[in-house]
Amino acid sequence: MIELLKQAMPWYIAGPLIGLTVPILLLIGNKHFGISSSMRHICAACVPANISFFKYQWKKEVWNLFFVGGIFIGAVLTAVFFKNPNPVAISESTKTMLEGWNITDFSGLLPTDIYNINQLFTLKGFIIIIVGGFLVGFGTRYAGGCTSGHAIMGLSNLQLPSLIATCCFMAGGIIVSNFIVPFIFKYL
Amino acid sequence: MTEIKNKIEENTDFESRSLDTICINESELVHPWWYNFKYLLLGIFIGFVFVKSEVVSWFRIQEMFHFQSFHMYGIIGSAVMVGMVSVWLIKKFKVTSIYGEVIDFHPKPFNKGQIFGGLLFGTGWALTGACPGPLYAQIGSGFLVVGITLLSAITGTWVYGLLRDKLPH
Repeated sequence: MIELLKQAMPWYIAGPLIGLTVPILLLIGNKHFGISSSMRHICAACVPANISFFKYQWKKEVWNLFFVGGIFIGAVLTAVFFKNPNPVAISESTKTMLEGWNITDFSGLLPTDIYNINQLFTLKGFIIIIVGGFLVGFGTRYAGGCTSGHAIMGLSNLQLPSLIATCCFMAGGIIVSNFIVPFIFKYL
Repeated sequence: MTEIKNKIEENTDFESRSLDTICINESELVHPWWYNFKYLLLGIFIGFVFVKSEVVSWFRIQEMFHFQSFHMYGIIGSAVMVGMVSVWLIKKFKVTSIYGEVIDFHPKPFNKGQIFGGLLFGTGWALTGACPGPLYAQIGSGFLVVGITLLSAITGTWVYGLLRDKLPH
């Protein structure tokens, strides 16, 4: 059993389980699946700075912070008890492509070539870690949701604006991943 | 007087919220705080699924954006299918929550933010290889430097709040 849980999960099990989060949240408390709002609640709780966007009763939304706290703990438990000894099963073509970008470490979930504290102080690390992070927070709030709030919850509820948002997430990602990320890795 | 002032502020807040399609908790029920532990448990399970299915992997995200594998599309597609059927069933049979509350759905009105914000988030997604949920899971997986990415994302959220009125919506 433990051995089975250590293995990577195929898409046809993981996808439906993630999809089930939608009805479970609705049934256990009339809550709508959406993770990026947690960052708004953190702003509202910690640095509202008299900005109207952060002046609301964040305590009513505290369930969302418990939920993301759970995601963190779940990842810790997985790393401690069910760590997959194998590298991420990406396709050969992806691996060849990434090697061409001078990425050498494929052993973990993220490439340590870039995800380590020393890289933070390089231009490459700054763009990937800090600029990238900033855009995730700014963009999701500007769009009013992220992959969970728009792509999963919004599409489940047949919302056209969520479809538009999801297409824009994909369009932005495809352009940047194909034309900008390779440049950053090869030349910076 | 203060009470009236508060009321006005609250209304403005709702006004601004109508643009913002975050998950608003409409529940009128007041529960003790420890009721929230059920969301923690669900989060733990989802964190496990996120890591095991490798959706938190930077490699998987690059692979997806280069159309080199079906994996991520299979996950997002099947998650949406299950979500869609569930929402349809909940609406059709008017299922209530376990506390007997009517489950409410709110339409998300269109605004240009979904386009501009969507493109910006897509950019960040390709760079960091993470959407907000996986950020928490990556930190939990031991990549502590992603804590900086999360802080930066929270800063991005805050700057959006600051500039919100000046941005096209």
